[in-house]
Amino acid sequence: MMNLFDFAKKAHKLLPGHRSCAGCPAPIVARAILSATDDEVVVSNATGCLEVVTTIYPQSSWNIPFIHNTFENAAATISGVETAYRSLKKSGRINQNRKIRFVAFGGDGGTYDIGLQSLSAALERGHTFTYVCYDNEGYMNTGGQRSSATPIGANTTTDPVGEVRVGKQESRKDLMKIVAAHHIPYAAQASLSNWPDLLKKAQKALSTEGPSFLLVLSPCVAVWKIKPDMAVELSRLAVDTCFWPLYEIEDGKFRLNFDPAGNKLPIAEFLKHQGRYKHLLEPKNKKLLDRLQAEVDHEFEKIKKLSEIGISVF
Amino acid sequence: MKKNWMEIPKGGLIIDSNTSLENKTGDWRSMKPEFIPEKCIHCMKCVFYCPESCIPTTAGDHPKRLETNFEYCKGCGICANVCPKNAIVMKEEEKD
Repeated sequence: MMNLFDFAKKAHKLLPGHRSCAGCPAPIVARAILSATDDEVVVSNATGCLEVVTTIYPQSSWNIPFIHNTFENAAATISGVETAYRSLKKSGRINQNRKIRFVAFGGDGGTYDIGLQSLSAALERGHTFTYVCYDNEGYMNTGGQRSSATPIGANTTTDPVGEVRVGKQESRKDLMKIVAAHHIPYAAQASLSNWPDLLKKAQKALSTEGPSFLLVLSPCVAVWKIKPDMAVELSRLAVDTCFWPLYEIEDGKFRLNFDPAGNKLPIAEFLKHQGRYKHLLEPKNKKLLDRLQAEVDHEFEKIKKLSEIGISVF
Repeated sequence: MKKNWMEIPKGGLIIDSNTSLENKTGDWRSMKPEFIPEKCIHCMKCVFYCPESCIPTTAGDHPKRLETNFEYCKGCGICANVCPKNAIVMKEEEKD
């Protein structure tokens, strides 16, 4: 089991000098996950905040091979690279003992919406790669438009709060179940706040034969309108309010990794730090808040039941 | 750093790695983390959670945290927020 001393001893694969907003946790997510393997790593990145801030031409913050392709193609690109690797290994042009892992990073825009079909196809073809989605719940790079990962009630530039509609009215897409429906060996939802859990899941994902998937919450300082030092704190509140349950789906079996049980907080605790939810805590919007709370509770209970039953859903 | 179109690699490739180290993000800072070594228990939480990875450590099996690298620190304050011993305090940046 990897600890923070092991993390500190490792050479980082993502270096300083990138232009992310002060307090943006996306680089923490990328660095933490990549530290979980000692093998060589090749990274592909969908268009999005992480790609934009780390590779502003002519500079790059990565000290590993990195490919950026179009918004929808992170999974397709990495599956091509992985196939080339297997082919070169077969023909003897890459040493048989050399082990290379393949990781694709995408934001929620490049994963939930635009990159969904290429992700689905890559999962179906069964390439050995890890797809990491850092979910900041919207198109933050272009100023905060709604994505299908944005939760109910959030104020976005395409779903603004007004007289008739109060923020986004639709529930967020359940990507974990969509990914698991491809019957892949490993999929997990993790949070920065629980680092042992995050590193354990990253290690599992990066040692899986076949496709693996990680979904990590990445609170956005600019569009969630939070203080720059709050990203890790909000990840913790998301877990404690059950908004972001920590669970994994291994060979179709659900496993809940953390249950706050008696210490479960109401969803308002998570929302009150965020400027995009300011309106939701007003008494006139109580109905919408209750709907969000009911959905969070229902989702958590469902995962809990599934992990108690312990049979494969495949 | 500026190159003309004849000197840059073809196809928009970036051939060297780590080149963003040229970009010193430390001048974005308005708050500065002050490290109090006496209180520090070297738990490495700030090292893990620093988005810039600009907190250096000593080598060896039990690494020790060293002073923040202010060339890159953007002053977000995550290190102070995650510190279990309050060994990091955010202070207003003094500009000279």
